[in-house]
Amino acid sequence: MRKLHRFHGGVHPPDRKAESTRLPIARAPLPRRLVVPLHQHLGHGAKPLVQAGDRVLKGQMIGRAEGYVSAAIHAPTSGTVRALEMHPVPHPSGLSDLCVMLEPDGEERWVERGPLDYANLDPQALRLKLRDAGVVGLGGAAFPSYVKLSPGARQRLSTLVINGAECEPYITCDDMLMRERADEIVQGVRLIRLMLHAEEVLIGIEDNKPEAIAALRNAVKRGTLRMDVVPVPTVYPGGGERQLIKVLTGAEVPSGKRPVDIGMACFNVHTAYTVHRAVAFGEPVVSRVVTVAGNVLAPRNYEVPLGMRVADLAALASPLADTSGYLMGGPMMGFELPSADIPVVKASNCIIAKSQALFPAPPPAMPCIRCGRCAQACPAQLQPMDLFWFARARNFGKAQEYSLFDCIECGCCSFVCPSHIPLVQYYRFAKGEIWAKERERKAADLARSRHEFRQLRIERDKQERLEKLARKTAAARSHAAPAPAMQEAAANPADDPRKAAIEAAIERARTQKATITPRNVDNLTPEKQAEIARIEERRKKIREMARDRIEP
Amino acid sequence: MLTAVFVMAGLALAIGAVLGFAAIRFRVEGHPLVEKIDAILPQTQCGQCGFPGCKPYAQAIAEGNAEINQCPPGGEENIHKLADLLGAEFKPLNAAHGVPKPRSVAVIDEELCIGCTLCTQACPVDAILGAAKQMHTVIAAECTGCELCLAPCPVDCIHMLPVGESIGSWKWKYPVFPLTRAA
Repeated sequence: MRKLHRFHGGVHPPDRKAESTRLPIARAPLPRRLVVPLHQHLGHGAKPLVQAGDRVLKGQMIGRAEGYVSAAIHAPTSGTVRALEMHPVPHPSGLSDLCVMLEPDGEERWVERGPLDYANLDPQALRLKLRDAGVVGLGGAAFPSYVKLSPGARQRLSTLVINGAECEPYITCDDMLMRERADEIVQGVRLIRLMLHAEEVLIGIEDNKPEAIAALRNAVKRGTLRMDVVPVPTVYPGGGERQLIKVLTGAEVPSGKRPVDIGMACFNVHTAYTVHRAVAFGEPVVSRVVTVAGNVLAPRNYEVPLGMRVADLAALASPLADTSGYLMGGPMMGFELPSADIPVVKASNCIIAKSQALFPAPPPAMPCIRCGRCAQACPAQLQPMDLFWFARARNFGKAQEYSLFDCIECGCCSFVCPSHIPLVQYYRFAKGEIWAKERERKAADLARSRHEFRQLRIERDKQERLEKLARKTAAARSHAAPAPAMQEAAANPADDPRKAAIEAAIERARTQKATITPRNVDNLTPEKQAEIARIEERRKKIREMARDRIEP
Repeated sequence: MLTAVFVMAGLALAIGAVLGFAAIRFRVEGHPLVEKIDAILPQTQCGQCGFPGCKPYAQAIAEGNAEINQCPPGGEENIHKLADLLGAEFKPLNAAHGVPKPRSVAVIDEELCIGCTLCTQACPVDAILGAAKQMHTVIAAECTGCELCLAPCPVDCIHMLPVGESIGSWKWKYPVFPLTRAA
């Protein structure tokens, strides 16, 4: 029996998981329309590879990974691309992002696929295959998995933690996946371990899921690799990466560091499942298991093609008449969707139908009485009441000093607050402001450096022009010096070569004038001659008149 | 008596030598105050303060030749920061230099652009791309929204487009709660 540890704080919200585990996972029928966002993961969005009118096959790459932290996006089924346009995506802001509008043809024709020969594949090539298969963390953060699999090339990890804790209320997608597809998960874990060279594998599952624990234990027994399936006590947020590592190993991930810095890695069970599908069948991530629960008649888990709209998905579970909206994610960390016309993405693990009875409006927030309950509940061992104080006063520097960025926004503090203060909202506000300041500072630095470079360039161009002119003059001087006429001219007026050149030009003009006579006065008729004489007479008169006027 | 004079003279020489050495060895390049002021300024390089860029304005503030309230893009927040840094009194923004506007970027109507390069010469951060008789375009990521390109354009094909919110720049708002009437 492994000795388990405790993390600080945590709460016990009612788990409400039993309702959606009565029925097995069902395959959601294809809807008439799929909306596939090109940015379903952390980091850079994928670059679209298709255009309106293109026919695509199931599993065909429609968005290429762009940049290091990114992953590919694939067509969830075969059909026609109707458009590439902005559509609201699952995000607390309700803003739109670029999506591929896909009209399924119902044939589900797969793109050519086959198992990867991972044993003979270079580890780096295998990781890139996973990136191109769109494998991301399906626990909720959607961090591209291949980035987390990369440390294996440099260092051996001591422990690989597989996260099957699933601590949030309502959510049962990982639970059902472990019950039904334990063998595939174990295969995926084996592959991850191979890539990371981890010595020990621990699968942490909260002890409120005995069926999942039994199923995985059986699967491990059938497999060849030694893994420990460890039941962990049910405490929210025991499924947090740092909390699960602490419970299983007793090690704490230092502030600002990642598990890999202490020789550990943590992957979700669903991620392990998709790794197996990608390697053993060459299937990219085109669907995921989503729990539909809350105010619905038949709560259940569905295997949903990515891009299915929440309205279509919720309709399968027959929402009750008083449903007032939907939450994506759990009730603790999830967010309310602005509408049901929003697609399911890789990060969506749960859709909860809301009603006034299930989620009553929170009572009005009262002043903080500094009772300290939030500090007792905080799993990150922060002082939420102080952070609240600083965030409310917009004293962001001080909030950062009190480790605001170690907050995992789990909501334990708001859950226990007797004054019902929405503490997490204040922390999110403060984090957003700090990030915005950082972006502004970076933009200012860029503008400064570009402006300075421009000044430098203008100065340099000016300098270069002056130098060029000086060179030209010097060249002219050295050319002009040997000319005999020049030397003569230079002798008398001055030593200035420019003056000499002018003098020489004048001299040339004079000699030319002397030798050449105007031709237009030859062979004139007597009448013309007389006319010219008259004009000359007039000119003389005018000159005299002018002189008279000036002189007196 | 003589000893005392020698001791004092010797001390003066020694200390003078040390100070002279320190003045050379620990010499500070540039003006640290100017750098600090420049770090606060928004680097829009718009010239609304009356100086050709943020650095000259910082220089002028440091030398006492300019007020701290001449920078509209920085807004009141920056005036507070400058006042804190310089130990000066806060002053409201001088409206003669302009009013703060939401951040925007210049956009060139590419149908109308005649490729005169006047805007590329006006841009303080080289954010406009184009060559003579070729269409020009603004590199949005590098545009500071200074509006200096608007005036030189002979065909008025540049306009300012406010930068809206996107998924990347969206941030959580300050929590506000509607007040409900108590019974």
